[in-house]
Amino acid sequence: MQQVFSIPKSFKENFKYTFCPGCDHGVAIRLVAEVLDELNLTEKTISSTSIGCSVFLYDFLNVDCVEAPHGRALASATGVKRAQPDKVVFTYSGDGDFASIGLAESMHTALRGEKITSFMINNTTYGMTGGQLGPTTTMGQKTTTSPMGRNREYYGYPIKMAEHIALCDGTAFSARVALDSIPHINEAKKAIKKAFQVQLEGLGFGFVEILSSCPTNWHMTPEQAHERIRGEMSEIFPLGIYKNIMGD
Amino acid sequence: MENGKLKMENSDKILIKGNYAIAQAAVNAGCQCYFGYPITPQTEIGEYLSGKMQELGRGYVCAESELAAINMVMGAVSTGVKAMTSSSSCAVALMQEALSYAASDELPVVLVNVMRTGPGLGYIYPAQGDYNQSVYGGGNGDYKIIVIAPSNVQECIDYTYRAFYLAQKYRNPVILLADGLLGQMMEPANFGEYPYPEVDVSSWALSGAKGRDARAIYSCAREEAKQIQHIIDLHKKFEVIAENETSYEEFGVSDADIILTAFGSMTRNIKAAMKVLREKGIKAGCFRPITLNPFPNNRIEELSKLGKDFIVVEMNMGQMFKDVKYAVNGNSKVELVNRPCGEWLSVEEIVSSVEKVMEKNYAASI
Repeated sequence: MQQVFSIPKSFKENFKYTFCPGCDHGVAIRLVAEVLDELNLTEKTISSTSIGCSVFLYDFLNVDCVEAPHGRALASATGVKRAQPDKVVFTYSGDGDFASIGLAESMHTALRGEKITSFMINNTTYGMTGGQLGPTTTMGQKTTTSPMGRNREYYGYPIKMAEHIALCDGTAFSARVALDSIPHINEAKKAIKKAFQVQLEGLGFGFVEILSSCPTNWHMTPEQAHERIRGEMSEIFPLGIYKNIMGD
Repeated sequence: MENGKLKMENSDKILIKGNYAIAQAAVNAGCQCYFGYPITPQTEIGEYLSGKMQELGRGYVCAESELAAINMVMGAVSTGVKAMTSSSSCAVALMQEALSYAASDELPVVLVNVMRTGPGLGYIYPAQGDYNQSVYGGGNGDYKIIVIAPSNVQECIDYTYRAFYLAQKYRNPVILLADGLLGQMMEPANFGEYPYPEVDVSSWALSGAKGRDARAIYSCAREEAKQIQHIIDLHKKFEVIAENETSYEEFGVSDADIILTAFGSMTRNIKAAMKVLREKGIKAGCFRPITLNPFPNNRIEELSKLGKDFIVVEMNMGQMFKDVKYAVNGNSKVELVNRPCGEWLSVEEIVSSVEKVMEKNYAASI
C-alpha cells in the first residue's frame, strides 16, 4: 500500500490551526513546511513573523522564530541574517504588514538584496482585526472601513507587490501565486521552493506573493472565495513569475 | 590594532572624541553587528563602525530608518550575538515601540542615545531632556530599561562595555545615555580590555532547531494568567537588577549640609562647584547616580534622613528632580537648578544659584 498523505516533519507534533474555516493560511504554511522538509532546512532555519493572522506561525512550525512589531519582520530578519549568514531566514506576513506599515522595510530589504526569503499573504483585507481596507483591497471592494466600496477619491489604488519587488535590483526571485486550485497550489509550491533556493545560492532576495482567501471577512463560502481569486483578484493581480535570475 | 581591538598598555591614554570612543568600545566588547541611521550629534558612531565592521567581517547595515535599525538589532541579538544601534533624542523616540517589545521579549538590545535638544526636532544643542524618555520609556506597557549615564569620555568606554555585559547578563535592553557634549568632546582615555566574562546564551538563543525543540521569542501571551505572570516576572527580574547593579558616586557627603546632585556630563560641573562652595565655607557635597534605572533611591533616602538637603542640577526642566524628591520623601529639602538646553550651566552659575538657595532656605541660620 502506498502512503499518499503525511504531515511534514517541519510541523510541530499535534499542532492545531487556529484559522477560520476555509482560510488559505493553512495551505500556505503547509507548502512552506513541505519545502523546508524537501530542502532539509528545518534545523538550520530561523523565521521572523510580525503582526496579523500570520503571527502565530511559531505555534505550527517546528522552526526557531523571533517576533517583530507590526511591519518590522524584514528588518528583524535582516538582523538575524547579518548575524548568522549561514542560517536560512524567512518571513511570513500578511499584506497589511508587508505592503502597508512595513513597506519601507520590504522595499529596502529587496533593494539591499538581503539573502532572505519572504512570503506575503494577499487576501485584500486586514483579516485579524475583522476585515478593514488594506493596501491590496480591490477597487469597489466593501470592507468595514470602505462601506461603500473602495473608490479612488477616498482610498486610492491597491498595490502590486510582486511587480514592485521584481523592480528592485537586489531581488533574485519574485512571483505571484494563488491557492484556489490544485494546479495553482502546485505552482505555488514551486515558487516557494525557488524563493528558498535563491537564498541558498546566495543570489539575493526571494519573494512570493500568495493570493489567499479570507471567506470570513469577504462574507463568502470557501468555494465563492476561491472563485473570487480565480476571477477578479487574478485580473488585478496577475499570476506569474516577475523575476527569476536563477533560471529553472 | 589586533582583531579590531585598539591595543593599549594600561597606562597609555589617547585623545579621542566621545562618539569614536563609544564606537571602538563596542568593537572591543565584541559587538558583532551595528545597525544605524544618521542623526547629529551621534553620526560619528555609525561612520566609524561602517568601515570598522566591514574590515572585521562583522554585520553593518545603513538602515532605512530608526524603526528598521532597532528591529535589526532585535533580530541579531535574538541569535545570541552582541549588537547595537545608536541615535539621538527625537530619533530615539521612533525606537520606543521596539524597546517595549525587546524588554518583553527579553532581548539584550544595546542602544546609545547621544542626547540633543527637544521636544520635536529641537536642535543639536546638548541637553538632558531624555531622562524621562529613557527611564520611564515611551513604549507601551509595564517594562523597564537599564539606563547608564557616562560623564566623561573614559566612562563612555567603560559603560559601553558594561552596557553589553548587563544586556546579556539580564536579557534586558540597556540604554547608554550620553549627550551632545560628551559625543563631541575629546578627552584622554584608555580602552583597556573588555573586563567582563562572556555570558552563556545557549539556553535561549535562536540557532535553528537542531537536536532540540524549536524556540520562539515573542511577547504575546493569549492566556490571561500567563500574561500576568510574564509582567510580574519581568518586574521581579528588575528588582534583582536593582539589588545588584544600582551604582552611584558621591563626594564629601559625610559632613555636607547640602548635596549637589546631577547625572551625565553635568556631574563634571557640580564636582567643580562643590570645591568653590567649600572654599566659601558652605558644606557642599556631590551625589551622582550612574545608573538612572535602577535609580539609587535607597542611598538618597539614607542621606535625606541625615537631614542633608539636595540641589538637583540638570539640563532639562526638572526630570531627575522628581525622582530625587520621591526618594527624599519629605525628609529634607530638594531644590532645582536647571536650564532646558544649550550651554552647560557653568560652575559660577551653579555656585551663585546654590548661594541663592542657601539664602532662601537658611537665612535664619546664616
